[in-house]
Order: sequence, then structure tokens, then C-alpha cells
Amino acid sequence: MFQQRVLIVGGGLAGLAASMKLAELGVQTSVMSLTPVKRSHSVCAQGGINSVNELTRQEGDSEWLHLDDTVYGGDFLQHQPPVKEMVDWGPRIIDLMDRLGVPFNRTPEGFRDQRRFGGTLHKRTAFAGATTGQQLLYALDEQVRRWQSAGRIAMVEGWDFLGPILDDQGRCRGAVAQNLITMEIRPFPADVVVLATGGCGLIFGRSTMSMASTGSAASRAVQAGARYANGEFIQVHPTAIPGADKLRLMSESARGEGGRVWVPRTPQDPRPPRDIPENERYYFLEERYPTYGNLVPRDIATREIFDICVNDGLSVDPEKPCVYLDLTHIPRDELDRKLGGILRIYEKFQGVDPREVPMKIFPAVHYSMGGLWVDYERSASGGLAKGSPKTHQTNIPGLYAIGECDYHYHGANRLGANSLLSCIFSGLFVAPGIQSMLGSLSDSASDAKYDPLMQSAQADHQKSHDKWLQRDIGGDNPYLIHLELGQIMTSAATVVRHNRTITEAIEKVNELAERAKKCSLSDRGNWTNQNVIFTKALIDMFPLAKAILHGALARDECRGAHYKPEFDMPGIESDDPAERHRQAEEWCTKFEEKNKKWLKTTIAVLDGKGEPSLGYEEVDISLIPPRPRLYGLVGAEIIEEVWKEQHAH
Amino acid sequence: MTTSGKPASFEVRILRQDAPGEPSRWERFRVPYETDMNVISVLQKIAANPRTIDGRDVAPVAWESNCLEEVCGACTMVINGRVRQACSALVDQLLADRPGEIELRPMSKFPVYRDLVVDRQRLFRSLVRVRAWLPIDDYSDRGPGPRQSQAEQEQAYPLTECMSCGCCLEACPQFQKVDLSEYGEGTSDEQRNAAFDRSFLGAHAISQAMLFNGHPIGKTSAAERLDALMAEGGIQVCGNAQNCVAVCPKEIPLTTSIARAGRATTIHTIKKFFDH
Ligand code: SF4
Ligand code: SF4
Ligand code: FES
Repeated sequence: MFQQRVLIVGGGLAGLAASMKLAELGVQTSVMSLTPVKRSHSVCAQGGINSVNELTRQEGDSEWLHLDDTVYGGDFLQHQPPVKEMVDWGPRIIDLMDRLGVPFNRTPEGFRDQRRFGGTLHKRTAFAGATTGQQLLYALDEQVRRWQSAGRIAMVEGWDFLGPILDDQGRCRGAVAQNLITMEIRPFPADVVVLATGGCGLIFGRSTMSMASTGSAASRAVQAGARYANGEFIQVHPTAIPGADKLRLMSESARGEGGRVWVPRTPQDPRPPRDIPENERYYFLEERYPTYGNLVPRDIATREIFDICVNDGLSVDPEKPCVYLDLTHIPRDELDRKLGGILRIYEKFQGVDPREVPMKIFPAVHYSMGGLWVDYERSASGGLAKGSPKTHQTNIPGLYAIGECDYHYHGANRLGANSLLSCIFSGLFVAPGIQSMLGSLSDSASDAKYDPLMQSAQADHQKSHDKWLQRDIGGDNPYLIHLELGQIMTSAATVVRHNRTITEAIEKVNELAERAKKCSLSDRGNWTNQNVIFTKALIDMFPLAKAILHGALARDECRGAHYKPEFDMPGIESDDPAERHRQAEEWCTKFEEKNKKWLKTTIAVLDGKGEPSLGYEEVDISLIPPRPRLYGLVGAEIIEEVWKEQHAH
Repeated sequence: MTTSGKPASFEVRILRQDAPGEPSRWERFRVPYETDMNVISVLQKIAANPRTIDGRDVAPVAWESNCLEEVCGACTMVINGRVRQACSALVDQLLADRPGEIELRPMSKFPVYRDLVVDRQRLFRSLVRVRAWLPIDDYSDRGPGPRQSQAEQEQAYPLTECMSCGCCLEACPQFQKVDLSEYGEGTSDEQRNAAFDRSFLGAHAISQAMLFNGHPIGKTSAAERLDALMAEGGIQVCGNAQNCVAVCPKEIPLTTSIARAGRATTIHTIKKFFDH
């Protein structure tokens, strides 16, 4: 009789959802996390979680339309079966979270209230004030604590994942980790390891992400041979509060509840914003996108705000780029009830009351759509096959990835309030598949025969750790290297990308990576040494940074968050009907050619020298054929008309 | 002073300790002033250049943080004598209140691991003691949870915002540090939990117990939570000093929860008496 165990790395929404479901299935589970899981980055999610609901159904909404909005918003880069399964689960997931005690806002009659989020015309988003992520995470944290107190989940908090342990067949048999307090390094034998380690925002220096979001865990898997997919797709959130240490998120729900984005028509108008009359304000999103208004998909809102400040010179602040996000026309009590949490954050960190004075906001790196490549098994109906051990497994057998650190669901651009859904969904869905994977194994990583494997993995990591501590002093400072990396990545690989800039960035990052390898520690002790932990995470940022840059350089097109002006396809300007028609036909042909070439998943693997090499893989678009994404494009009507003519059956 | 009335730099005094059981000491650093700084960015500056005012190169200061927007609770410490989050402690405000100097200490009610990093496991143990979760049957699809009025949601919501930071415990005169040193090096989880379980729960856990007892599903296990509140280290330890509510960064109505818990436990005792 052998005892099998699953090790979940990461205690955010995805990791905790998987743990509690595995515990319910009777699988022995350990949860490893850098912080007590209740402090994970999921708490920063604010706005809400999407699903079709009874009200939207009555307007004609359906799971199919949620799927359609998601893939259209994502510019068709995501495989569709996982999205279909996720949106089908949506209503059930909200119900489950409701039963777990999440205090969703209520209507006067006592139903769950919903609001509208970007990239859809339906009010699909359930919310708990403006701290939905925190509330969802706490509900899962409570369940995991319940299982822990019953002895069914073991918590491994305060440990840093150093890498997977692979046997000579290349199967994952556990992980090596380091204790952040005692610095002990030891192996954790496990029959399945699940990475649920979130995004990699710290590669960009400041972002909306938490300090733990270094991407180092994903990078360590990649360095062990895992593939990294669509790395170049990084979401830059349109509205964040600029800060010295962090760019704090200002949720899309501020716009979902009626917030309006504007700048004065006169550049740097010195009047206080509320003294500027309506006709002297430029509500540029509403004017340019009459259908979606302030709720266009994120990539578009981000580019418009960036453009208005950087190219049109209309930033409201002469010192730094920013625009107004205005809530002052909404009654105070309504704001407090629906947005209290985020308004308090603004007030606390800016010292200004956003109920009285329009907020100043600017885009910030927010989410990695790309991530570890993971497999899936399609079902006959176009969703995911139940209980398949393939789904969410990386190319390393026994190593899975879920949540933000995998690449499914969001394609080239994520819709707001879809990430909480994808995290919880992937966590819950993967559990039965893992159980069947365990069932197919004939032994356990805790068997004595694996002891030598465990010991040698531990010894390797111990050796490299000891080397760090013995480093000479006087080399580069890791914190300053991180600062430089962030600046390079932010200027080359965020809102607007140019091949020349990316090429230069690759050179600089390569150079910086070499310097980083030689940097010195200011703390060479072996107790709660945050300096060495940070430096190791920094070193591991480079493979992902390189994958992001190489992916971005190679992809000569515009798609979702990846915007290269050189390859943009402008709209139709002509007034002459025949000419318009001809241009539209040309446009559609070009669009199809572009898809033939680029509607592909980028897959990066590291070569022998640790440099990324790229490959491409077809995307499963079997459910909804790609169509032009025309939000706000000049001549959208004629393109749509021609597109329909060409694609009528 | 620079022309803008802001200092060119300021002093930061930090109470440091290398490891558990080691003596603590003050170290002073000079940090160049920048706009929009908070205590986290001050600590980051010191980490990048850990040199004291008297020119000694020292190990960088250890501290905890994650979200940097006052929702994770990690960065709690005592700043200018007041327990709060480092990320939301803005340098401009601190210097306005006390010009020229900022003082940082670790929380005093929890054992120090190193510098500003403390061991707050006891805080989470209290959540186990009061069974701070909903005992739902399973994670299958069973439709929505119970319908709730806006008023019920609005009563529960503030309590659910507790981020387990520990400010309320640091400020509480009844919450005393638990000394685990008698167990020596290899304290087992059981020994540690047993010691925690004899000591005061703390305001955060009492409030959580009330949160779950107010929930339609949580009510089914309300008696267990009340028993926990009445056990050793329970609500009777609270001296009603109200320090907790004054320092809670989430403005959670802790004393209201404590008062409700007091009434509920009294009724529970009487009921139990008659049920026997
Ligand atoms: S009211 Fe009770 S819990 Fe709060 S500070 Fe006072 S003694 Fe502590
Ligand atoms: S009740 Fe308030 S002070 Fe106490 S732990 Fe919770 S958030 Fe912190
Ligand atoms: S870092 Fe999360 S509360 Fe300060």
C-alpha cells in the first residue's frame, strides 16, 4: 500500500480551489506558499466575477455569448474548448461561492446583484463591494482551513518553490523548496505537482501585481523543460494609480458603475476639474466608441489613454501622464456601497477623496495572458472531457499548471472579471483529472526507491544556494538590476511595441542577465535572508523576460494586447461606395492572410544555453470562427458587411 | 530643508533583531526624501543600500509585504508607536506628524523571526478555534446559497474584510505574547497549538465567530462557535478596553461584534443550563 500525495504550489484562488476539491475527493494534498495563503495576490482583484445569470438570460444572453465575448475580446488566440467549459461552469461557480458565504452585493429583493464589465453588453459580473477577489479568496481559505484542521490538507506556508524534481523518465516526482525563515532546503516528494503561482508582473518593475508575483516559479519550471506559451501577451490595465513602489489597480468596476474617462479639451487646463464645463471636456472613449463607451476591452482603453497623453499631449498633469476617471456625478452612498473598497485605497494613497475630485489614472502592467503551456482534452460537445488527466498538465508528465500561470482562456487580451472565473474554474476542474492521473501510477514518490533522487535534487539546490552565500562583495546590486530590468521591459514590451526597441531591449536584457549572475549579496547569513531569495527570483526573471521579448519581436502583427503600429491595419477612409467596398474586400483578404500566419500559439522553450527558441502551434477555433475585431475602427460597418458577404454559406 | 518645505532626507530608526532569542538593538539610517514615498519604499531604499548613519555596512532589514495596497495584512508593524500597515503609511504624513524621523518596530505580541518579521501563526490558529468557515455539504452543484437581504449583506460585509493583520491584537491589553521558549528548539505543532489554545483568542476571531453565526448556513454550527468563545482564552478575557476597534485598518466594528458575542454566549449558557 502506498500513500500518494499532490503538492499544490501557490495559495491564491486557483491553488486553493484545487486543494479543497482534491481534499473532498479524498486525495492527500499539501499547499505550498510564500505567504500565509490568505495574503495571496488574489486579494487584489477588485471588480467581480463573470457568469451568465438569470437576468442576462432574459435579455437573450447565454453561455455561448459569454464564450463569444471572451474569444472575440481575446482576438481568437485562445483554444476554444477550455473557454467553453469555463463559461458553462460559470453559473455553478457563482452559486458555489455564494454557498461558501461570499457576501455578494444584493438587490433590494435579496438576489445577487450584477454589474457590467468591459467587452460585453451584458451585466454578467457578480461582485462583493469592490473587494471581490479578497472575498472569494477568503471563502476558499476558510474551506482549506477546515480541511487542514481535519488533517486532510497539509499547509507548507513560508516556502519558496525552487524547482520540480524529475526522474530519469522525465516525470515530475515532487519539488525542492526553501524555507524563507530558516533557509532550510528540502525535497517534497509528490506524485503530482500543480503550479498555481500567478503572474510575472515584477519583471516589469512596478505593476499592479503583488511582491510575490515574480514569475520565478513558472520560470523554474521552464528551466526544467516546461514550455512557455504566448509570453508576449501582457495585459496593461487602463486604469491604475501611479505610485513610487506600486501601480495600484483602480478597478474596471469604477467604469462599470458609470465612471467616465476624460481630459480637458485645452491641454493642461489649470482649472480644478469640476470647474471645467461639460463642453470643454473630451470624453474620448465615449466619443470614439459609441457602443461600448468607457467599457471597451482593456487593450483598447489602454492604448487610447496612452495615446491621449503621449501623442496628443492632453495629459491632465503637466508632470506625469494621466487622465481623469470621474465618479463625482454618482451619489456618495451608492459609491460607498458598490465601490467603497477601491475608493478608500485611492483616498489612502493619494490623500484625495475620489467622490469629490476626479481620480488621476494611467495604465499599468496587470496580467499575463500567456504562461506555462498546458494540454487539454476536448470533449465530443466541444468542451473539456471530464476527469481527463491531460487537462492542465504541462509537457512534463505529473507537472500541472492552473490559474494565471497557465496560458489558457484569455488569448491575446483578457476580459475584466474573467480571471477570477478562470482561476476558480481551473482549480476545481483539474482535481478529478489529477485523481485519475494518480490512479494510473503504480507507485508513489514517497517510496524508498526515490530517496536517492530526492537527495540529489536537494543537494544540487543546496550547493547553488551555498555558492550564493559565498559570493564576493562589490558586484552589482540586485535591487538596482531589477529596477533596470523593469524600465527596459516597460518601455519595450507594454502598450506600444516597435521591432527596433524590442531588438535593443533584447540586447540590454542579455547584458543585464550576465551582470545579474555576478551580482553580490548584502546579506550572506543563513537566517531569513530575503536578499538571497530576492536575488534568486531576479535571476529567474530573465528567461521569462527573454521569452516575452522574443515572442513580441517575432510576432509581426497586432493582436489584442500586442500592438505594433508598423503592422496595424487601418480602417476604410474613402467616401466613394464602390471604393469603400473594394478597400473593405482588400482589408478582409489581408485579415485572413494575417490569421493564416499568426493565429498561432507562440511556444518558447529554453535551449541548452538557457536562451528561448520559439515554435508555433495551431489554435483550436472549431467553435467560433475568427472574425475581425472592429471595436471603434473607421469603416467598421463596411468591413463587417463585406465580411458577412464573403462568409455567408 | 529644500525650498518646497520638504526635507532633503530623513532618519529612520529601526529596532532590529537577528533571530529568535537574540538581543534587539536600534539601528539608524538616513534616507533621501522623494515624493510619494511610503514605509515600504523606505525599506526598499535601505535594502538597496544598507548602510547606517554612522557609516557601517549592515545586513538589509527583513520585513514582510505582498499586496502593497493594504489588503493582504502582511506588512503590519509598529510605526511611530502605532501599529499599522507599512504600505499605507505615507512618509509625508509621518513626517508631518513627527518631523525628521520615522521609527519602526516589529509587533510586540508575536515572536520575532528577524527584524520586522514576526510569527503570526497564533492569529490563524484562533480562526480554527472558532471554526471560522461555513460547514457546507460539498462542492457539488446545489444551486445558489440562501437569499439574503441588502441589510444582511451590509452587516456581514464589513466583517468579511478582516485581513488577519493583527493590529487589533497588538493593541489589546489582554492579548499577551505566548512564550514558547519552554518547549525549546523542536516545539511540535501540537504543543504550540495547545499553548495557543489556552491563550486569548483576540478580537479578530471573536468577530469572525459572529460573522459565521450570523450567516444562514453558519447558524447550523453556531453552538460550537459559542462553546469556543466560552472556553479558556475566550471572550471572558476581553476587558472591553476598545483599543482593538481604534486601530483596525479596515474599521471593522469589533466592539459591536464583541458585545453581540457577549450576549449570545450568555443566552447560550442559560440554554445549556436548562437543556441539562
Ligand atoms: S475590547 Fe477586548 S479585544 Fe478589544 S482591545 Fe479591549 S480587551 Fe482587547
Ligand atoms: S480585525 Fe482589523 S485589526 Fe484585527 S486582524 Fe482583522 S483587519 Fe486586522
Ligand atoms: S503589503 Fe499587503 S497590507 Fe501592506
